[in-house]
Amino acid sequence: MSGDLRDGRIVIVGASLAGLRAAETLREKGFAGSLTLVGEDPRPPYDRPPLSKQVLLGRVPAEDTGLPLRRPVDAQWKLGVRATGLDPIEKRVLLANGEQLPFDRLLITTGTRARPWPNPAEAALDGVFTLRTSEDAGRIAERLDAGPRRVLVIGAGFTGSEIASACRERGLDVTVAERGPAPLVGALGGSFGALAAKLQRAHGVDLRCGVTVTALTGNGRLTGAELSDGSRIEADIAVVALGAIRNTEWLAESGLAAGPRGLACDAGCRAFNMYGIVTDDVFVAGDVARFPHPLFEYQLLSLEHWGNAVEQAEVAAHNMVSPGPLRRPHLAVPAFWSSQFGLNIKSVGVPTFSDQVVLAQGSPKEARLVAVYGYRGRVTAAVSVNQAKSLEYYQRLIETAAPFPPEPVGTDRPEPMTPVPSDVPDPAVLSHGPTVALTGHLPDRRLTLVRR
Amino acid sequence: MAADTLFHRITDYANRADPYPLYAELRESGVTRQQDGSYLVGAYHEIAALLHDPRISSDRRNRTAADAAATCEEDLPVSFIAMDDPEHNRLRRLAMRPFGPPHTPGRIDAMHGEIARIADELIAGLRGKDRIDVVDDFAYPLPVTVICRLLGVPREDEPRFHAWTQEIIASFDPTPGEDLAERQRSGLESRRTMGRYLGELAEKRRGHPSDDMLSAFVNDEGPDGRLTQPEIMATSVLLLIAGHETTVNLITNGVLTLLRHPEELERLRRRPELMPRAVEELLRYEPPVQMLPQRSPLADIEVLGTTVPKGAPLILVLASGNRDPLRFRDPDRFDPTREDNRHLGFGSGVHSCFGAPLARLEVQLALTTLIRHLDNPRLVEDPPPYRRSPVLRGPRHLPIERDTTGT
Amino acid sequence: MNIVVDLNRCQGYAQCAFLAPQVFEMHGEEALMYLPVPPEDQLERVRRAAAACPVQAILVGEEAGADVR
Ligand SMILES: Cc1cc2nc3c(=O)[nH]c(=O)nc-3n(C[C@H](O)[C@H](O)[C@H](O)COP(=O)(O)OP(=O)(O)OC[C@H]3O[C@@H](n4cnc5c(N)ncnc54)[C@H](O)[C@@H]3O)c2cc1C
Ligand code: HEM
Ligand code: SF4
Repeated sequence: MSGDLRDGRIVIVGASLAGLRAAETLREKGFAGSLTLVGEDPRPPYDRPPLSKQVLLGRVPAEDTGLPLRRPVDAQWKLGVRATGLDPIEKRVLLANGEQLPFDRLLITTGTRARPWPNPAEAALDGVFTLRTSEDAGRIAERLDAGPRRVLVIGAGFTGSEIASACRERGLDVTVAERGPAPLVGALGGSFGALAAKLQRAHGVDLRCGVTVTALTGNGRLTGAELSDGSRIEADIAVVALGAIRNTEWLAESGLAAGPRGLACDAGCRAFNMYGIVTDDVFVAGDVARFPHPLFEYQLLSLEHWGNAVEQAEVAAHNMVSPGPLRRPHLAVPAFWSSQFGLNIKSVGVPTFSDQVVLAQGSPKEARLVAVYGYRGRVTAAVSVNQAKSLEYYQRLIETAAPFPPEPVGTDRPEPMTPVPSDVPDPAVLSHGPTVALTGHLPDRRLTLVRR
Repeated sequence: MAADTLFHRITDYANRADPYPLYAELRESGVTRQQDGSYLVGAYHEIAALLHDPRISSDRRNRTAADAAATCEEDLPVSFIAMDDPEHNRLRRLAMRPFGPPHTPGRIDAMHGEIARIADELIAGLRGKDRIDVVDDFAYPLPVTVICRLLGVPREDEPRFHAWTQEIIASFDPTPGEDLAERQRSGLESRRTMGRYLGELAEKRRGHPSDDMLSAFVNDEGPDGRLTQPEIMATSVLLLIAGHETTVNLITNGVLTLLRHPEELERLRRRPELMPRAVEELLRYEPPVQMLPQRSPLADIEVLGTTVPKGAPLILVLASGNRDPLRFRDPDRFDPTREDNRHLGFGSGVHSCFGAPLARLEVQLALTTLIRHLDNPRLVEDPPPYRRSPVLRGPRHLPIERDTTGT
Repeated sequence: MNIVVDLNRCQGYAQCAFLAPQVFEMHGEEALMYLPVPPEDQLERVRRAAAACPVQAILVGEEAGADVR
């Protein structure tokens, strides 16, 4: 059985972080058959997080972001080619160049793309950008080098906030327009958002919350924008940071459970078909996946996190070459980081899966703190600002479903510790969409994650 | 044998040369209360978790039983290694300012050439000798010279601060026994003397800046302000002692381990680029800081099913965690190319070693230089005589012989 | 040779920023920024940094797909 699984043809569609780590893991686990990676982006896999940080700061050229290999993958690469369809009966991937790729097992890692500005004519103005690919980042960096008078960032999620941070660090004037009440609200809730708003303003960002951009104006070239509060902004660059769209359109005819929220799969990364029946030859990992997580009541999570792409790819690859009883579930506690305005923000768990939050360590004034999130009396997430070394402790509380609020501990904490509503908004209210979407719901079953 | 005597046996000088079987016993027995009321933890994952646990204090004033080593006075506060956040963080950041990133990122890297030169000079001084004491002739003078230059302490004062240092180290030796209180008293006295000495050195630089850390402490001011005079004294005592008393043991343990594994010595001689990872393995296999004796919980906590009461001495045996088979495959094997070597040799969490990058560079250069110049080195005595402390463990002398033709 | 740092794992111990300061840089107290493609002459330092990272978060390797084009 497992002899068979080490052989045959595996195709991976989506040649970025998840696709690459899966390919390496397949080889590491002894897969000896043929391996093909298909990617729409002409560049071999590169790392996206630096694009909104080092690259926009002008410290690293956009091309210098290639991912290092963990080991040789001995694969056939088809780059610069889009997959346009999947024939599940004949087991073929259809490519835009007319080619058809037969497979025995398929891994889908097509990730997401930036949500474009909804008005195509305005989006086409010179100076209007989105940020997802290294090409995007290179173009924006070039414009920032040229010293624009003002940059408009539309949407204050993580990407928008990091872009604003890079602009301020370059000494550029920047306006951030956010429909929600504060930056980062979608991912971290209103209480944290208030802190983020203060931080941005302290760094000289012209932050406008509770407004939408109603029009981008210009004549061929962007000159400014109109806001819903009637005000007008002059800007020569606008970066649209309104969140991401999952690359699932190519699967529309495939019969798989693919839609705007991603491609649903089981805990072992096997894709569901549209009837909710699990397949055994199509796997999915990374930003495009929606998967059930026992720590979050088996709701289907869609994460746009670097760490999730890596870990889920490893599990998917393992399961693609392992017989049933040796397969593993993808149970890693979600985690991500962001760096902006000189601060290191890290999160474990799912902050949006919460009703309350409490400042557990440190102080906002010193910009060193840990905030702990709870849902119905148990700990579900923790976010640190320049306090990364403490996060492990809170991760353990999440894994063991410890009671919320957590016991007051240590010498570096506010007195008294008072939980407040975490103020997680309805995702429909935000400009940029949450970076963690809780989608679907299955009956509550309690499970404790056992580590190691 | 009842577990409660384990700490006694671990600290017993008779077991200094090879405490590792006792550590295996410690891991077997879980977490138990010792005769003196302390609790020992020897399992890797639990030690790592406790080092990141905000309920654990490094401040001995949080101990239930009074403790002379915890005495803190206006004129000489405890140093930040024995404090908790946020005060620990503030002082560590101020001390870091002239030492490393983010404010002075290039300082240690820039010492590369100087450290290599010091190592070469020490080797040159051994020319013609076919019998060497690795400790006195090389492993001790190297880090002493380096830390003196870095801090701005005259090298020729070494005999004075050496004596104080020995008293201070003895006072942190948790070996149970009647002389503990006496040791702690004289340790405190030496700390005071050494603090005054370093405080005066720093004071002389006020208004006359030079390129050393004492000068930066008195002359430079950052956004967080600067250290007060008593804080300068406490911090520079810590840096001077931590800066050489540990590194000497790592160099010596390194030579000893390589002489016990001649094939690895040969490999490193041929491929010096393997040295950085070999040094990490030494920090796992023979760590100079065997245990952290000054933690205590701020609340009753549970470790491996045992409740450790608030205020009890909690001793984290790093050297045992480093040999935990639940974390490291084949833990008793010295493997300089070991993968994913997340050892505990420099501690972990907020108190993780301040000087680790300097120590790493010093030991990498020291061992590379030494093995390049030693022709057919041989141990004269195995095991060599050890220093007394079970905490800062290492040979007191390491006599070796070598061929001198051609060197 | 390229590098990538697993910044979920990284806890800001700054060992890398001490040992290869031209490649790894602390941005504020804790955030790490680095050059994914370090200059040739920094490779030895990068290896020292990778060996020293207490959480082993630094991956150094051949650039993926370098053989593709
Ligand atoms: C600017 C920016 C900053 C970020 N910063 C952070 C951060 O600080 N922390 C963090 O945790 N995460 C961050 N992320 C998120 C992280 O980069 C993603 O989670 C990660 O890239 C997901 O990897 P993936 O392989 O699943 O998907 P992607 O990287 O999106 O890759 C999908 C690939 O599939 C290809 N593809 C799509 N459709 C097709 C098709 N039909 N046919 C063929 N190929 C196709 C695409 O071209 C793409 O190369 C950031 C992302 C961006 C854009
Ligand atoms: C091989 C050599 C070294 C080893 C094995 C070592 C080991 C350690 C360990 C295990 C700790 C943690 C203590 C605790 O958690 O309570 C520590 C802390 C410390 N070390 Fe080192 N060390 C070495 C070299 C150095 C050097 C060269 C310096 C100074 C330049 C130094 C300065 C310090 C300081 C100041 C602390 C306290 C950090 C804090 O509390 O935040 N060490 N060291
Ligand atoms: S040494 Fe490791 S943990 Fe420390 S900053 Fe560098 S990558 Fe992060």
